[in-house]
Amino acid sequence: MTTRAYVPRDASARSVGADDVAVRIAAEAHARGLDVTIVRNGSRGMIWLEPLVEVETIAGRVGFGHVAPEEIPALLDAGMLEGRGERRLGLVENIPYFAKQQRLTFARCGVIDPLSLDDYLAHGGYAGLTRALGMTGDEIVTEVTESGLRGRGGAGFPTGIKWRTVLGAPTAQMEAGQKYIVCNADEGDSGTFADRMLIEGDPFTLIEGMTIAGIAVGATQGYVYLRSEYPDAFRTLTEAVAIARERGYLGTSVAGSAHTFDLAVRLGAGAYICGEETALLESLEGKKGVIRPRPPLPAISGLFGKPTVVNNVLSLATVPVILERGAAHYQSFGMGRSRGTQPVQLAGNVKRGGLIELAFGVTLREVVEGFGGGTATGRPMRAVQVGGPLGAYFPTSMLDTPLDYEAMAAASGLLGHGGMVVFDDTVDLARQARFAMAFCAVESCGKCTPCRIGSTRGVEVIDRIIAGENRTANLELLDDLTTLMTGASLCALGGLTPIPVRSALQHFPEDFSRTIVPTVTA
Amino acid sequence: MTDTQASGWDVERARLTVDALARLPGALLPILHALQDEFGYVDDAAIPLITDALNLSRAEVIGVLHFYHDFRTTPSGRHTLQLCRAEACQSMGADALVQHVEERLGVAMGETTEDGAVTLRDVYCLGNCALSPAVMLDGRLHGRVTSERIDAILAAAVETTVEAPAGSPR
Ligand SMILES: Cc1cc2nc3c(=O)[nH]c(=O)nc-3n(C[C@H](O)[C@H](O)[C@H](O)COP(=O)(O)O)c2cc1C
Ligand code: SF4
Ligand code: FES
Repeated sequence: MTTRAYVPRDASARSVGADDVAVRIAAEAHARGLDVTIVRNGSRGMIWLEPLVEVETIAGRVGFGHVAPEEIPALLDAGMLEGRGERRLGLVENIPYFAKQQRLTFARCGVIDPLSLDDYLAHGGYAGLTRALGMTGDEIVTEVTESGLRGRGGAGFPTGIKWRTVLGAPTAQMEAGQKYIVCNADEGDSGTFADRMLIEGDPFTLIEGMTIAGIAVGATQGYVYLRSEYPDAFRTLTEAVAIARERGYLGTSVAGSAHTFDLAVRLGAGAYICGEETALLESLEGKKGVIRPRPPLPAISGLFGKPTVVNNVLSLATVPVILERGAAHYQSFGMGRSRGTQPVQLAGNVKRGGLIELAFGVTLREVVEGFGGGTATGRPMRAVQVGGPLGAYFPTSMLDTPLDYEAMAAASGLLGHGGMVVFDDTVDLARQARFAMAFCAVESCGKCTPCRIGSTRGVEVIDRIIAGENRTANLELLDDLTTLMTGASLCALGGLTPIPVRSALQHFPEDFSRTIVPTVTA
Repeated sequence: MTDTQASGWDVERARLTVDALARLPGALLPILHALQDEFGYVDDAAIPLITDALNLSRAEVIGVLHFYHDFRTTPSGRHTLQLCRAEACQSMGADALVQHVEERLGVAMGETTEDGAVTLRDVYCLGNCALSPAVMLDGRLHGRVTSERIDAILAAAVETTVEAPAGSPR
């Protein structure tokens, strides 16, 4: 009988040697005359354990963490392929980090072979589409609206409402099919990797979600705009699209129905601003990624001037489970106006970083301490940045804030794409504030002055504060500058860069008033 | 998308590349990516090919070429090492890693070593933030990178791929 061993193909797992582990297991098994099938699954999200090898046993899948290729012979001697040995972590699904999650969007990620459509179907894949095919576009949109799903790309706009606008957009004078579904896979926020993990670990879920969106609003063509920093995800998604097309799930007559829907994958080119939806559309059209004025909304006049749904990877990848299990099921998770689950990405200076999908409402503390286990360096934790480069730096005294769109806003922060980056007590928040301004200066699309010039000024002012020059006056100047950027920027890059800066000033003022150690030259 | 530098410019190959993609909606980025994958950079001589194929002005093409951080107009080294400078990697010592690499190779970020072996580039997040600090060498991701590991990774790459074939896959 053949034994199945799972070694992730996820880019993070590969970045710490998963390929060598897979090769070594195959070679050792061959040398020993053992019959082993190696499945390259996605990551379970327990990224700190990678490479996490799983072996299928009668009881379930048994895990072995941090496996190094040179250890394979000894691990096999110790009974790894029967799920035995000292390094055994037990059943992967019982590891508390995993067991405590509510996996809806990521239910299949790490479980199945991402490029096996049969595996996908056997694990509930395309059940959502099957149900959607029996519904009208209006009914599908209603279902998504009632689920309470809000955009996971950062702005938290209700997905169903956006779809309703595109559904209702007039198409009378247009050629058939001239509406688009655009998936925002630019994942520009540092500290986030959920889109990447989903695409590499369960790409058909995204394809299915986009297909349902297309059927719901009457669009026949989709584009995935994927950042170029993700070559592995590009390969996996391109392959998955080809498989889905070959098996009749994309193209004319989707899954045997009267609907047409097809997909193309396009690469970004290293511009953070292209994650903003109108800049993204410009980029897809082959232009500079410069913000478009609104109105019109992309839902009315989007890609090539046609009605367009633009949604984040996670928003679209959550649609299949909503259709499969119903709006009420999804809606039953969460708190207040934040319904369902948020895939949290825990990163930086933390012992156990990874992807943690949780119902809204858990506190930051439960994530960074409970799941994360404190800092990787073992030093005291000092700050957590939530929501990417435009997110606030919170001190540890604010860790009881719940994970919820409204609660984050009330704490003068934002949830963004769900990233949390932990810093120990060696962090200098004045430098982090400077970085936020410098990043904005580098990534500004240049369209408006408060952002383009303001961020450059911001760097200079913070430099003077750090250097101890006229601190009071310069702190006032910085305050004016951030007020101007917040109020007068055309888009959220310039508009939100003040958030990390102000949170640093507010919660860590001591970092802006350090005594200057005089250097040799004055 | 990634950066194994390839062989010399060839106008006929470039024309084939441009023509193969010119019919795509919004073809400019796919064309620039394809040219860069093939030649390691986008040669100035490619611009007339693009303006002809897409019916764009030279200024439009150059504007796009310069807007995006990915595209380069001069050849880079045989290997490209991208070091993540974003927050999660900062929290795990990315700045010290950058300093180590700069000292080791004797060049600053954005520059190419004198022998043309390695180009250093900044990147803001590689999606490997749970295994910070992260780097990418010729499209291959590495996590939990220490000074010792980066030395080993660079040594292995420079040794094994002295002659990277033209347009070699990532
Ligand atoms: C500067 C900036 C960068 C953004 N980057 C991303 C991104 O990388 N991915 C994303 O999904 N949304 C990003 N957004 C949000 C998008 O503009 C848009 O709200 C989102 O794609 C809508 O999809 P959703 O409703 O499913 O979240 C960004 C916004 C701004 C202002
Ligand atoms: S705020 Fe910055 S990125 Fe946004 S439109 Fe203005 S210049 Fe462009
Ligand atoms: S912040 Fe460095 S990989 Fe994401």
